[in-house]
This record gives sequence, structure tokens and C-alpha cells, in this order.
Amino acid sequence: MSLILDHVNYSYGDDTALSVHALKDVSLVIPDGQFIGLIGHTGSGKSTLVQHLNGLLKPTSGAIYYNGEDIHDPDFDKKKLRSKVGLVFQYPEHQLFEIDVFKDVCFGPKNLGLSQKETELRAYAALKQVGIADEYFYQSPFDLSGGQKRRVAIAGVLAMKPEILVLDEPTAGLDPRGRDEILDQIAKLKEETGITVILVSHSMEDVAKYVERIIVMNRGSVLYDDTPREVFQHYQELEQVGLAAPQVTYIMQALAKKGMKVNTTATTITEAVEEILKAL
Amino acid sequence: MGQYYQTESVIHKLDPRVKLVATICFIISLFVVDSWVGYVVAAVFLAVMIKLSKVPFRFMVKGMKAIVMILMITVVFNLFLTPGEPLVTFWKLTITKEGLRIAVMMAVRLSFLIVGSSLMTLTTTPNSLTDGMEKLMNPLKYVKVPVHEVAMMMSIALRFIPILLEETDKIMKAQIARGADFESGNLIKKAKAMVPLLVPLFISAFRRANDLAMAMEARCYRGGEHRTKMKPLQYHAADRIAYLVLLVYFSGCVALRIYL
Amino acid sequence: MGIIKTDKLTFEYIRRDEEGNVEGINRAVDEVDLDVKQGEFIAILGHNGSGKSTLAKHINAILYPTEGTVWVDGMDTQDEKHLWDVRREAGMVFQNPDNQIIGQVVEEDVGFGPENMGVPTKEIWERVEESLKAVGMYEYRKHSPNKLSGGQKQRVSIAGVIAMHPKCIILDEPTAMLDPNGRKEVIRAVRALNDVEGITVVLITHYMEEIIHADMVCVMDQGQIAMEGTPREIFSRVEELQELRLDVPQVTLLAYELKQRGVNLPDGILTIEELVAALTGLKGA
Repeated sequence: MSLILDHVNYSYGDDTALSVHALKDVSLVIPDGQFIGLIGHTGSGKSTLVQHLNGLLKPTSGAIYYNGEDIHDPDFDKKKLRSKVGLVFQYPEHQLFEIDVFKDVCFGPKNLGLSQKETELRAYAALKQVGIADEYFYQSPFDLSGGQKRRVAIAGVLAMKPEILVLDEPTAGLDPRGRDEILDQIAKLKEETGITVILVSHSMEDVAKYVERIIVMNRGSVLYDDTPREVFQHYQELEQVGLAAPQVTYIMQALAKKGMKVNTTATTITEAVEEILKAL
Repeated sequence: MGQYYQTESVIHKLDPRVKLVATICFIISLFVVDSWVGYVVAAVFLAVMIKLSKVPFRFMVKGMKAIVMILMITVVFNLFLTPGEPLVTFWKLTITKEGLRIAVMMAVRLSFLIVGSSLMTLTTTPNSLTDGMEKLMNPLKYVKVPVHEVAMMMSIALRFIPILLEETDKIMKAQIARGADFESGNLIKKAKAMVPLLVPLFISAFRRANDLAMAMEARCYRGGEHRTKMKPLQYHAADRIAYLVLLVYFSGCVALRIYL
Repeated sequence: MGIIKTDKLTFEYIRRDEEGNVEGINRAVDEVDLDVKQGEFIAILGHNGSGKSTLAKHINAILYPTEGTVWVDGMDTQDEKHLWDVRREAGMVFQNPDNQIIGQVVEEDVGFGPENMGVPTKEIWERVEESLKAVGMYEYRKHSPNKLSGGQKQRVSIAGVIAMHPKCIILDEPTAMLDPNGRKEVIRAVRALNDVEGITVVLITHYMEEIIHADMVCVMDQGQIAMEGTPREIFSRVEELQELRLDVPQVTLLAYELKQRGVNLPDGILTIEELVAALTGLKGA
């Protein structure tokens, strides 16, 4: 169930002088079951890229293949693709509209033409997956707290049973507690169901803890595509494009420069503690 | 009508009040004159203004596209339905001499009207237009018209329209990602499909309104009383000359109507 | 008395169910005593729902206390005849950059406050210029706010407040909706205001790295001040912070973990340099 982007280019505003080349020759393979972090600062093209994954935007040139099929082929069922590649937008709670939480989560599966029973089963399962308790099911989504609203909105996409879940800055505007809850929930979901998760973020620190692969976007191109360990080694280059490696990387580099024998590839606190203790 | 076209010109620099008054006078003049000479005068006046504004002519014509249908209907109705001396007859339709005359006149009037008002919106920022309107309508305050409030509402609307349009696009995409279909189906189905778009949009608009009201109060906003202006409108020499030119043009039109 | 002082400030609101019956009373702010001196930089931390934003809205007289009193520069905020003086002296910057800009051009937005206060035209222009320069947005004065980045919009909002010549400025999570670069821009501008112009700053946030330069930090939880002290004092209480589910900067956390494992390090390490110096010192000893 892989997704392949083959030399994708995208530009908008072509008919005006202000034409913007938002994606430049992006080629990526997204295999089954990976946990991927997509990093880039505002305007790097990461949001444009994720909208290509479920066919909301069409590449100006290049192609996108889902299971070997060109998603912009006239015979290709786009609606089905949208259920298979679940896209959760920034501030997804802004899309809630139903009178209660449960009905809102039913919206997605209902649009897929599923039976009432199947729809409700899926909605129930999705709400459980994001950790929303039964007592909230028949409350208005607008009465929930910020973090809860966001989880309901994510459940709305999960209820479509996607194989690839793309989350565009799922922690934007949340406090540390809300952020940890959401990210832990997503990690747990990944663990339990084995779906592919693409986490779009501009925070390296948030992502480093969870993902196995990091794709760094800069000015519409892929700058790095590797494991967090390898990507953070380029911390100086990352800084030049307005990003930063986690603080741990800087600490390890500074210690190494002062002559301490530490492995500079440590990316988490736990790893760093072990390294420093060894060196002392 | 055209969006503001940025350039430096005499017309751009004029006080918005002058441009508002001129536009109104020009529209009235189109209905005052009823002779070919009058239309030539109006055409010359308009052409000179366009030339002075330095806005390319194609931007004026852009505004015409929107009313092309109305224009056609008006022309067709006048052409065939005006009684008078028959000119051409085919099948059951007759074109009369009077019909032809009225149809052409209407077409000219409407196109001049659109081009004339486009010229105003192309050379004046929405902001200074609101300012101009507020100042012009100021006397209405004494008959309890909330002039300042209306102007403030207009400028807030102008500021938030692009934001809400962007938001509409975002919500629409989010719902499409959840399998919503905004395109297919009959009218009722389509209307129903709008609910997932409109509810979040309204909620967002209310939230923004609430935030904005709080932010305005926090910055000491308390209505039009006691307020000073950062950019007060002031007439300059050019504006006085413009009024004079306008007066000459308008009295010319009236004179043509009376004496010709 | 300091520039901002609260005495047993309490704010309650009534929760109602769908039929409008009273379900209960929520105490958003619970007997908070605060005393901020002229020129100080105060940070208020806490997660969502801790009461920090409610507290902030009292300083600008957007909300009034249920019990207790708030004074701004000696004026009771509940005193109606001082309402506009209070709002002028305590400027407020909100979270969402889009929902607080009124003007369609940057300079017009900055002029909005002075216009409301009845400042003469010539002086408005002077104030707009100096305010935009203070936040480094002068070159954007003719731009439309819609074309700016989040960080730039927030700097315009800050300029809009400075143009009113306030004695203090309250920033209610000004960086919550920004990306890391925008956050840095805004915090830099805020620090400059405090250092250069001597304006009292109350910064409400949940990002720990933004409070390192504050003179004093208050951590709020359930409407009360749970912790109070200098950033170093606060950061040396790692366990309490974690219990309140607040972030601790990685460097502080790393130092804490090392200490737990028996490494002899000082409390409350705030910067990478401090940690590196402490560790290499140990190594050398």
C-alpha cells in the first residue's frame, strides 16, 4: 500500500507575474507502516506537499502513484483515495459542525456510503482510539476543551479507516499537556494499528521522540530524508534554513568540542544521559 | 467593478470625495443628455479621465464582462419592443427606428456608467473610499444616521473578506478530505452539502468578531466621538480644480439638454 | 504600590446547562495577589484553563473581579471614570494575530489606538513611526497586514499598543499560534521594549524558553499561583513543573537527570553554556 511521488512539481498563480513554484522536483516513497516526520518552516512547501498526497492538489508536472496506480488517471477513484489517505488539517477543530460529537465523527464514513451500522461502529472505534470517553459522545463538540475538540476532529478522519494518516501540525496552539496527549495518542494508534503516520511539524524536538524517518523541506524541495539521527547531524545547515535541531544535539556537539568523548548522535535526553555518564 | 490599480497619477491623488462626487455627477449626466452631441461630450470627458488615470484600458473593460448579459437583454428588449416607425421586419419581429435609437442609447449609457464607476474603484483604495463616504455623509449624522459606525463596519468587512475567503477554502478542503462532495447532485443535495462548510464558517466568523471587538476595546475604541484622524481628508489645489472641471462639464451637459 | 497590583483577585463565572439552569460556579481565578513594579518583566506560566488569560484580562479592565481589587498605576479598574486611562496605560496583545488588526494598511492599524485617544494628527504620525521602528516593522508600514507572516503581524499588534504610550503591556499568549521563527521575532521585540523603553511587561505563555529572561515567573494552576520566583528558582523545581505538566527546557531536564544519577551539578541550569561549563569543570577536577 505504498505511495510514490515521482518528480512532482507544483506552481500556482501561473497566469500572473506572481507565479510561485511551491514544489520543486519532489520524489518520495512512502512505504507501509512508517512513522514519518515532515519538517519545514512556514512557506517551505510542506502543507502544499501533503495536499498532493490525497489528490486535493494536482501536480503541475510529475505523478503520484498509490499502489502503482496514477491517482490523476481519469479512471482512478479519488473518493476512495481520500478515505485511504486521511488528511487532518491544521486546527482541525475548525471543521466540526454537527450537533453532537458522535454525529460529527460519523460524517466521514457516511460519505463513503457505508451502512448505518458500519458507520456507527467505525465512529465508536475511532473515538475510542483517540481516547474520548463515552460521556462526551452526545455533547456538542463546541463545548469540549481545545485538546478534546482536536481529538474528535482526528477521530473524524480515523473513522474513514485510512491506511496513511497525515497530520498537519496537530499540536499547533496546544499547551504542553495537550501536545503530549495528542502525540502520545498518535504514537499509540500507530503501535496498535500499524498504519503509516506522517506528522507535519516545525518542531524537531516534538518529532524526534516519535518518528523513525524525517523529511526536511526547504523552499519546495526535499533537503534531507533520513533517520532523525542522521538529519540532526546537519544541525548547522538546518539552522541556515531557519530550522533547529533539538537542544540535545547542541549540547552534545558543544561537549564534544570541549574534548569530551561523547557520541554526538544522541537525540533524546535518555540517550544523552547515558553518553555523558559514560564519558565522565 | 475593478480592484484598485496601483500607479501614480493625477486621478489617484485626488481626494476620494472629489472622485465620489464626480462619479455621481457623471452618472447623472449620462441621463441628462439625450443627444448624440451630448454623448460625444461624455465620451470625450471619460476618455480624458482614463488617459489621466494611467490605468490601462483593458482593466476598465474587465468590469464590463460582469454586466454583458444585462446589457444584451436591455438592448434586445428595447430593440424589438419599442413601437414606432418600422425599419426592418422579419418573421414576427420588427425593429423600429425609435427602438434602434433607444437600444443604442441604453447600451452607451450602461457601458459608460460601468467604465466610469470602474475608474473610481481602480484609482481609489477601498480604505480612502470608506473615508470619503464617511466624510461626505457626515451631515446625515444630524438625522441620526450612524455614519461613523457604517464606515467602520465597511472597513472591517474589507479587512476580513480575504481572511474569510481563505478560511472557506481551508474548511472546504478539510471536508473534502472527509469525503464531502460539493459538486455532484441536484440543487437540494448541493444545498445540504453546504452545511458542513457554512456552520464552521459562521462559528469562525463569530469567534473572530468577538476577538476583534475585545481587541478594539482594549485599544480604547469607543465609537466616533473624541476620535482624531491619522489621515484626515483635506482638499488641495488639484481637488478644487477638479471640482471646477466637473462643474464646467456638468453645466455643459445641462446646457446641451436645454438648448439643443 | 507597583504599577500593577491585585489584592485577593477572584473571578467566578456561572456554568449553565442547556436549559439555562445553574450547574455550578467556576472559580477561574482564586484569590491571586500580584505586585508588579514599574519596569519589571513578569512571566505568567500555566497550561490552558489555569486561569492565566482570565487574570490578564483583568489588568486591561476587559473583565472585572468578582471579589478583590485590581489597581493599575494606582487606579482601581472597577472605577468607571478611570476606564479609558486604565486601558491606555495597560496595553494588551492577544493570541490570534489575525483577529486584532483593524487597519488595512500596517501604519493605519498602528494609528488606530492614538486615533481613539484623540491624539492630534501630527503626533499620531510621530508615534506610528517610532512604534514601528521599535518593533522593526517600519519598512512594512505601507503593506497590507494580510501579506505578513504571523510573527510580523504580532509585531504590528505590539506596535499598535506601544503607540498608545502605555506604562505596561500585557501579552496574552502572543506566540501560541506562531512557528519557531515567529516566536523568536516576537520575544526579541518584547525584550527590547522592556530593556530599551523600560515598559513593564507581563508575558503570558506556555513556552518555557520564553521566560528565561524574565525578572519573575508566576506559575498558575487551577486559578492560583502555584509557584513564584526567578526563572532559575522555578527551573530548579523540575519535579513540580513536571507534575503541573509543563515543559522543562531540554538542557535543564538533562542537568536534572544527570544530577539524579549522581553527577554533581548546580540547580536550575538554564543554558547550554552553563551545562557545558559545569560538565567540563567536573571532568577537569
